[in-house]
Amino acid sequence: MCLAVPGRVLDIGEKDGTRMATVDFGGVQKEVCLEYLPDLRVGEYAIVHVGFALQRLDEESARQTLALFEELGMLQEEFGDPWEQAAAQAGADSTWPFADGPFADGPLAGEATAPQHAQEEGRP
Amino acid sequence: MKYIDEFQDPALARRLLDDIHATVTRPWALMEVCGGQTHTIIRHGIDQLLPEQVELIHGPGCPVCVTPLEVIDKALEIASRPDVIFCSFGDMLRVPGTGRDLFQVRSEGGDVRVVYSPLDALRVAQDNPQRQVVFFGIGFETTAPPNAMTVHQAKKLGIRNFSLLVSHVRVPPAIEAIMKSPSCRVQGFLAAGHVCSVMGVGEYPELAERHRVPVVVTGFEPLDILEGVRRAVRQLERGEHTVENAYARAVRPEGNPAALAMLEDVFEVTDRAWRGIGVIPDSGWRLSARYRDFDAEHRFSVSGIDTREPAECRSGEVLQGLLKPHECEAFGTLCTPRSPLGATMVSSEGACAAYYLYRRLELGTAPAAATTPLEASPVV
Repeated sequence: MCLAVPGRVLDIGEKDGTRMATVDFGGVQKEVCLEYLPDLRVGEYAIVHVGFALQRLDEESARQTLALFEELGMLQEEFGDPWEQAAAQAGADSTWPFADGPFADGPLAGEATAPQHAQEEGRP
Repeated sequence: MKYIDEFQDPALARRLLDDIHATVTRPWALMEVCGGQTHTIIRHGIDQLLPEQVELIHGPGCPVCVTPLEVIDKALEIASRPDVIFCSFGDMLRVPGTGRDLFQVRSEGGDVRVVYSPLDALRVAQDNPQRQVVFFGIGFETTAPPNAMTVHQAKKLGIRNFSLLVSHVRVPPAIEAIMKSPSCRVQGFLAAGHVCSVMGVGEYPELAERHRVPVVVTGFEPLDILEGVRRAVRQLERGEHTVENAYARAVRPEGNPAALAMLEDVFEVTDRAWRGIGVIPDSGWRLSARYRDFDAEHRFSVSGIDTREPAECRSGEVLQGLLKPHECEAFGTLCTPRSPLGATMVSSEGACAAYYLYRRLELGTAPAAATTPLEASPVV
């Protein structure tokens, strides 16, 4: 219930005096209220919860965060333990959660059936 | 969303993990507040990939789980009335009240309907002017603004047959209560990202300072969780306790001003009971005096209900981070999603449900053939 998911605005209109949009969630389309994000535009992404757009998703911030993670890797390459890095690289092509990687004692890969919301970005 | 794959990138996850492993020198206990984060952690095995010194404690951030039994029982009683159409999000249907749930009320003839949005419930009211339509208004700061807007719309449009059964809860007072508990082991918090999308980060600096705990606003993808842990551990190792926003792509410092204004208009802060935890001061919202006519508790007489919690259910301890779900004797035997003792097993964000869904085979608590996930927990 508290799940909030990212979606892309397809079109914007009005209903009962309220600003509404059709939002696409990876193929599923829903009617969404834009009263809390009145300046959201067609083509933009927003976090949507129970039929309400609550916050714009900022692509620039997403890019910066990913760049930070990349940078962390570069620092590791510069100052880290080469043997650990070699081990990490050996498993670098594996998918989460590193069934063949350096932390291989981990979880049950693929044991559980993914729930409906497996592709969603986030919750409450 | 085009960034979902990037935020689940195993190569970047390794880099974050490497950094956490390189940073940590002592044991630290962090609490992820949100049930959605708990599911990401258990589903991707993040707790098992972290250094042994870093323990993740699951917080009370599942709104379905913390809704008090008394409120569930009130919902069941209202939903049983022949003149009422009772609307709810799907994951409330199987939450056990005293002896039954909303699903059973419907099978006994009650008009219980699942809606995607509270605005859908308002439309039901418009389409059925001769019936009373009640919406079950539970949830944290993320759900409260949509429900507030719906009540505001009902008033604006003059819809008189709509009301809200309200049990909204607020995160910061819960964090405060956890920190004040004598048994508290939490040294840092991963704050719930989407709560902060609405509320901003302004409620946390004073709390972080007073309890000397780092608070890192954290998202819900695997890399978001790892980055939250990395920043919290880095602060703890340095002896710092500030508020950091690690989910900037969805959280502005000021939150959502339009939603905050609507919350201020429609609701007022009140003490709330949390299931399994008890009353936490100022931890909830109720309808403000201007909207009291839309309060289902005022419209229907539902007092004097005799509530009884199942003695075997230890979800209160799970919600406070005192017990891991699989440490409960009833886990996977007496208590399953099909036959739950408490809401933590049936909610799509419940910690017990996460362990049942992703860990039960590993823990040896399930028959080998059992592979159905959360069969009765429709996602809205």
